[in-house]
Amino acid sequence: MSPRKLKSGFFSGLSGFAALLIIFALGVILTDAIRGGWSKLSWEFFSGAPTDGMTAGGIFPAIWGTTILTLMMTVAVMPVGVLTAIYLHEYAPAKSRVAAVVRVAVQNLAGVPSIVFGLFGLGFFIHFIGENMDKALGGELKYGQPGLLWAALTLAVLTLPVVIVATEEALRAVPGDLRNASLALGATRSQTLWKVVLPGATPGILTGAILAVSRGAGEVAPILLTGAAYFLPDLPNTLNSQFMHLGYHTYVLATQSPDVEATRPLLYGTVVVLLMLTFTLNFVAVILRSRTRSRANA
Amino acid sequence: MSAAIDLEPGPTTRPKMQATNLSMFYGDKVAVKGLTLDIGEKQVLALIGPSGCGKSTFLRSLNRMNELIPDSKHTGDVLLDGKSIYDRGIDVVELRRRVGMVFQKSNPFPKSIFENVAYGLRIAGMNNRSELAGRVEKSLQQGALWDEVKDRLEDSALALSGGQQQRLCIARALAIEPEVVLMDEPASALDPLSTAKIEDLISELKARYTIVIVTHNMQQAARVSDLTAFFFMGEMVEVGPTALMFTTPTNKRTEDYVTGKFG
Repeated sequence: MSPRKLKSGFFSGLSGFAALLIIFALGVILTDAIRGGWSKLSWEFFSGAPTDGMTAGGIFPAIWGTTILTLMMTVAVMPVGVLTAIYLHEYAPAKSRVAAVVRVAVQNLAGVPSIVFGLFGLGFFIHFIGENMDKALGGELKYGQPGLLWAALTLAVLTLPVVIVATEEALRAVPGDLRNASLALGATRSQTLWKVVLPGATPGILTGAILAVSRGAGEVAPILLTGAAYFLPDLPNTLNSQFMHLGYHTYVLATQSPDVEATRPLLYGTVVVLLMLTFTLNFVAVILRSRTRSRANA
Repeated sequence: MSAAIDLEPGPTTRPKMQATNLSMFYGDKVAVKGLTLDIGEKQVLALIGPSGCGKSTFLRSLNRMNELIPDSKHTGDVLLDGKSIYDRGIDVVELRRRVGMVFQKSNPFPKSIFENVAYGLRIAGMNNRSELAGRVEKSLQQGALWDEVKDRLEDSALALSGGQQQRLCIARALAIEPEVVLMDEPASALDPLSTAKIEDLISELKARYTIVIVTHNMQQAARVSDLTAFFFMGEMVEVGPTALMFTTPTNKRTEDYVTGKFG
């Protein structure tokens, strides 16, 4: 074989091997988690609370906490993210300084390590806003401590770039022909936005919401400092309650257990539930996105 | 040559729209240069000329759709019924309701056939279902599409054929009862049969509407229009009765173009 052919073969082999590594990594994670945790998946596991110092029982409080937290995060992040994207794509002038600064901010926000968001949440939401709210409300300690609301808002800031980028992409995918058709029929810009652009962009915006949810549901670092609890006998019932969380629970089971052997199946089971949750959400996002594409090409 | 032929290059009816010394720019580039032209009421004016000659830009200046393109500017003026459409006090939404537009590529909304035609009426505040239904039917009949779609008004407009979609877009433009209809190569993407239908339609519409049509197809201009204007490199070289433009054009460049020597 000529040296040139050899070189070419070497590189194609190398790149193929690199690609296979991805499948290998995913395969190992999945098989390991499922093999270790499958036997634990039962109704009791899904519906019960941890017992015996976390060495037995279920993970319902963590599932519940994750769900509520993620819902609140979504309610907070969607309006802000979608409105920001609408401003950037529909209203900002082509060479707007403000839009350029917002875009740079969004990109940088996406690159901030998640533990820094946790610190930000602690400093800004809890110590600044929360403590001042308490002062204004009469000095009783209510909001100046970690809780659901602050954790949800911290995650909302973390997932804001995902929503903004996805929404902008969805708005961009609405054909200019349709906007022109609407404007030429005497529609105002806002009528065109509400009746043509947003309906056309909805699947893409939903994709952004789901990607944000699947990212937010799995994050642990930001909520460590802003509201997640090691163990709670009660489910959260107010905005400032602390809560249990699947991701944090995984960390707790892996590192804080008094009986490692007894805890291991629980740990694996928790991981399987967390993976199922995020995979399902990602899968829905993929389906929605492919439907948006086929509609845009129709 | 018979003396009966009217060599006067102006329209024979009252002008509905007038361009006076109109120039259009994209950034520094001149797209239309110093154009003065009357568009007669209830006449069909065809704009012909090679690609990039400014005819589509001129068309879009008539309902201010050109303003949607960044960096576009104009000098001179366009009048509708003697009033400037670029005046500060002019509501562009109102203008576009009076001067409708049909685009080159059919662009129905991803909604039902009914909702496509009703769109312009709904955004103007018409909500009464029976009133809407009456207007939709009338518009689809004017668009020569009613018989083909009357049993499936709730179907998606995207399920129609290309020719039907374009007639739907014409019906949609007619639904808001404009006075002028601008058509930007409305049949260029269609098969000959659909093209013939659109051309028949234009001939019928001219009884009620003033029509300006951009076309690349000489025969089409000859078949549907009363007046033809020839554009070249951003200037209007010549305008006159269509019959004359295609038989005895006064300008050499017009003659070369209509006889197919370039273009």
